[in-house]
Amino acid sequence: MKPQKILRSAWEGLMLNKVRSFLTTLGVIIGVASVIIMLAVSAGTEAAIANQINALGANLIIVSPARGIPGAARTMLIDDAYAIADQVVGIAGFSAEQTPPPLTVKANGTSLDSIAVIGTTADFPTVRDYAVASGRYFDASEDERKAKVIVLGAGIAADLFGTDDPLGQTVTVGSTKLTVVGVMEAKGMVADVDYDGRVYLPINLVFQKFMTTMPVGGDRVRTIYVKAESQEKIPSIITQINSILADRHDVDPAKPDFTVQTQQDIIATQEATTAAFRDLLAWVAGVSLVVGGIGIMNIMLVSVTERTREIGLRQALGARPADVLMQFLLEAIILSLAGGLVGVAVGIGGSYLFGALGSMQTQIVPESIPLAFGAAAIVGIFFGYYPATQAAKLDPIVALRHE
Amino acid sequence: MEPIIQIREMTKIYGEDEAAVSALAGVDVTVERGEFVAIMGPSGSGKSTLMNILGCLDRPTSGAYILDGRDVSQLSKNELAEVRNQKLGFIFQSFNLLPRLSALANVMLPMLYNPVEDISDEESEARAIASLESVGLGTRLHHRPNQLSGGQQQRVAIARALVNRPPLILADEPTGNLDSKSSVEIMDILHKLHAGGATIVMVTHEHDIAAHAQRTICVRDGKIMNDGHCAETR
Repeated sequence: MKPQKILRSAWEGLMLNKVRSFLTTLGVIIGVASVIIMLAVSAGTEAAIANQINALGANLIIVSPARGIPGAARTMLIDDAYAIADQVVGIAGFSAEQTPPPLTVKANGTSLDSIAVIGTTADFPTVRDYAVASGRYFDASEDERKAKVIVLGAGIAADLFGTDDPLGQTVTVGSTKLTVVGVMEAKGMVADVDYDGRVYLPINLVFQKFMTTMPVGGDRVRTIYVKAESQEKIPSIITQINSILADRHDVDPAKPDFTVQTQQDIIATQEATTAAFRDLLAWVAGVSLVVGGIGIMNIMLVSVTERTREIGLRQALGARPADVLMQFLLEAIILSLAGGLVGVAVGIGGSYLFGALGSMQTQIVPESIPLAFGAAAIVGIFFGYYPATQAAKLDPIVALRHE
Repeated sequence: MEPIIQIREMTKIYGEDEAAVSALAGVDVTVERGEFVAIMGPSGSGKSTLMNILGCLDRPTSGAYILDGRDVSQLSKNELAEVRNQKLGFIFQSFNLLPRLSALANVMLPMLYNPVEDISDEESEARAIASLESVGLGTRLHHRPNQLSGGQQQRVAIARALVNRPPLILADEPTGNLDSKSSVEIMDILHKLHAGGATIVMVTHEHDIAAHAQRTICVRDGKIMNDGHCAETR
């Protein structure tokens, strides 16, 4: 029997009961679509995280106190940053940063509570790829002599001065009067940080004015961002930083009280967390695909029983057991492949819809389409095989007499 | 020419050991080519078993069944399917047409399973139309079974039995579900086929139907009682 003839018989069998065939495929449609959507959601989440980390700036090496080591937060000082800047070969700049508790910012009769104040060194805009929109950033000498200058985030500038030019105006941070020298470009929310709602001060001024209430070490830094001249120099820079800091902190290089990470390291760490989430979603979607397959098996078993006489007749007319097997197996495979095709369309459409309507970012994983479609085909073969063998095993004499 | 059917010392036993029931207890039957034979016998006589074996739907426990020159008594399921397709045309009491297919598509079914010839769709359709025309249904090609009378449905079934040009036609109570007028029509068609050289073996329990055949084989208690004339049945 020629394949296309079996295919036609199988198709006719399905068209016998269009509504039932459609409802049966619904399980597969939902399964395939959810595999694609679930993977798109988790890929979108990963991409969002990667975006946020890359938005820190390009070719960055991030030095921070090691977590979980007592006293580590106290040992990383601004001098460490200067040592790195002096001794490490291949760096384009560095930005040491420290954040005192939020403060009140006043100007022009307006008062803003709980504003994040960031103390940075002069290279901050180039290291963090974050440009000044008007005016200028403070320079290294202003930082060194603790000049009373301030650079405003775009949002703060708008809140305090509206459409007026803030340059040259006086802003009071806590109880310290500062002169506005620049306004940063609008950057918006990145990694849950509102860059526009912050103010930027020379780090040494911050040490002097705002860190004095801290128990020890007024010149501690939270993070040192080091910008490499190029991607290729990153490994060598990491080695140099490790050895300089281990030496300065007098710790065993194998058990440092600081961490040196690249953005890729951080992305990889984040992805490890989302991977568990993604696997869970994939399993849930996979289970719904299996449930869809069981639906197909159920309907095929009913169909074999209903069509027992037809099977007997086909056998009497010369259908071999293999012909009967193929006819019913193909019916199951057509059901699941049709479900797979529609499911892929629904999955792609659903992913876009989720991304457009919800707060979740989605990104369709190209591999998920053949994966889900292939899984649907396997489900069809797997769950169609048993009913098909039941059909092929029928004794033609018994089948012909079936009422 | 050798006979179309030669059955020698055939037995058929269902079940095993103490539960064994002998349906056929040593049967010899010969049917010559071109013969029109009726098989009669009461319920439980073994005539259905004999018919199933003649139709290659079942295998005998022992004995030989030589059909068109080939011993088919111990063939595999696949080989039996091929023999049914190539050598036999079935006519059933309940027609056994597929309800969703047109008369034409029903008649084309045997060609779908033809393992020897690869028949194109056009050729297959042409043969089915010719076959339907030969039973007087040339104007009913695209009717579904439920749009046809019982007699017409049985004529579609006859067209289906003829379409692969088998050397033997097996009719199992072909008029059992028909009124007397339709029965006459069907018997007329079988007569015409016989006159045209076809070999027909028909199971029936009606004497007036059996009377259409040239010869009647009477089966009782798994044996051939009287090959030639069957006085009483049931």
